[in-house]
Amino acid sequence: MIHLENIHKTYHAGQPLHVLKGIDLDIEEGDFVSIMGASGSGKSTLLNILGILDHYDEGTYRLGGTLIKNLSESRAADYRNRMIGFIFQSFNLIGYKNALENVALPLFYQGVSRRKRNALAMEQLERLGLKDRAHHLPNELSGGQKQRVAIARSIITNPQILLADEPTGALDSTTSGEVMQLLADLNAEGRTIIVVTHERGVAYRTKKIVHLKDGLIEHIEINDPAANRPFGELMK
Amino acid sequence: MFDLDKWSEIFRTLLRNKSRSLLTAFGIFWGVFMLVLLMGGANGFKDLMNRNFDGFAQNSYIAFPNNTSKPYKGFRTNRPWSLETTDVARVKSRIRGADVVTPLVLYWGTYKYKDKEAYGMLKGVRPEYAQIENPKISSGRFLQDADLSAYRKVCVIGHEVKDKLFPDGSDPIGKFISLRGVYYQVVGVSSNESNMSVGGSSGRSVLVPFSTLQRLENLGREIDMLALTAQPGYTISDIQPQVERLLKEIHAVAPDDKKALTSVNVETLFQMVQSLFNAINTLVWLIGIGTLVSGIIGVSNIMMVVVKERTTEIGIRRAIGARPANILSQILAESAVLTVAAGLSGIVLAVLILAGVEAGITAAMPDSTPPDFQISFGMAIGAAGILSILGTTAGIAPALRALAVKPIDAIRDE
Repeated sequence: MIHLENIHKTYHAGQPLHVLKGIDLDIEEGDFVSIMGASGSGKSTLLNILGILDHYDEGTYRLGGTLIKNLSESRAADYRNRMIGFIFQSFNLIGYKNALENVALPLFYQGVSRRKRNALAMEQLERLGLKDRAHHLPNELSGGQKQRVAIARSIITNPQILLADEPTGALDSTTSGEVMQLLADLNAEGRTIIVVTHERGVAYRTKKIVHLKDGLIEHIEINDPAANRPFGELMK
Repeated sequence: MFDLDKWSEIFRTLLRNKSRSLLTAFGIFWGVFMLVLLMGGANGFKDLMNRNFDGFAQNSYIAFPNNTSKPYKGFRTNRPWSLETTDVARVKSRIRGADVVTPLVLYWGTYKYKDKEAYGMLKGVRPEYAQIENPKISSGRFLQDADLSAYRKVCVIGHEVKDKLFPDGSDPIGKFISLRGVYYQVVGVSSNESNMSVGGSSGRSVLVPFSTLQRLENLGREIDMLALTAQPGYTISDIQPQVERLLKEIHAVAPDDKKALTSVNVETLFQMVQSLFNAINTLVWLIGIGTLVSGIIGVSNIMMVVVKERTTEIGIRRAIGARPANILSQILAESAVLTVAAGLSGIVLAVLILAGVEAGITAAMPDSTPPDFQISFGMAIGAAGILSILGTTAGIAPALRALAVKPIDAIRDE
């Protein structure tokens, strides 16, 4: 599904900063992977490259067999729209649009008719138990509800991978657990999910943990979330 | 792309900041309002002003003699001299480009009908004088060649003379009125209202056959004035020096004696008024465009602020799949909608005010045709077109800034 080979990235803001120093990573379809690392380890940069939000300097990145390199802004936007679903720490919902409109927005950019995309969005909200909140604005929703709306938005185009950047960073522990459970459920449906986090508790609910340090992969840990279940209450 | 959602989105974003949108729109509104109002106003005044020329040939020229100011060919200085009837034919035959050439004799006098009296200019003219000063006959007829050759005592009276002598509204045609003590039969009434005429306003003048007046006043061959028009393709400025040279030569006046012959070039007078209005128009455009441009800059500025404010939102949209073209068209459309809506309301208000002014003037001058204070429909359409172009232009810089927003920067939490 995802194939990274010798990815390098350097930022040129004043002093050149070599952030990624040759990343090799393969993620299979249906994987549930977390990327862990201290701040400055390059995990956000890696996520941006995976999400086609940023260019890389060297190497190859294949997403579902497509080479992602030197894309025009329009092509990149199309790939993001169809292949990738984003979940952010601060939800990033549009404040003046209600939950339904927020969820339907990616379909708007695909040119799906209003009626059809609202029906699809409603279906997603219903699945996530937010049907009665469909016409509420984001600031009328709780943090967990907002994140669920954001998750609904990320899966509405049925993307190949979901990228979550600190999805529980702004949530309390109970809600964090619910959101992680939701991601695990989506994974169980066969979706590929990549979570960037610095919280061990979050990382240990995924199946594979990629430890990043100073722009290189330190080691990849195979994890069994079910094995953590007995201690799950502590890990949330 | 041009579906309902896009428009509802545009209106929603504009309405979210009502007061800001309103204030920004006001700049455009005011610019367009001023431009249309001033242009309509200038148009109306031009129309009113042109009435002064109405009915008077704009390519005409009038000459009349004064005492000489230079000795010439043995004649002393300060010698009185006159134009003569024969000059008319000579000018007509010798000057290329002269069209109508006609003599005039003028007398100030009292008009009487029964116990009513009026004062004004008595003009002895030939029928072709109608081509210089259109008599706009409202009833009866104008003077004819037969009137002149038979020395008939007939006259055409101005509408003010008619109102004074026949205040009860009775038909003056066929009535005999006394002009300078001689009775003439009224054959026509002139409705010319123009202030531009030879020897006093047309309304207060009475026109009689040139030959009759010349004979009654014992003028011999003398005439007071010579009027002519230029043929198409000739300008008065071309003809005037030739006419002056010819008249001075015939009457032994020094060719360089400028005081001896007074010339009135109506064409240049008219052109002066025209250029005055052109200057006013230019000024109006400058003011209007200036105000409009400052309004457009205001829109551009506000759109900059809007883009800045919505950086995160734009970043989110980009991240979930908005193409650069989507963002670009959204910002441009917002800017254009704001500009066009404001501009159109400016046009509408200005047109309403102009209509009010027009109605007011029409009410104040019930007799005359209403003046045209309005801008043309084509111009209004053109203005709307220009507005949408300007509005879109105003959006370009902010839209480019919006495009420069990188999704990763906009949605970064740190």
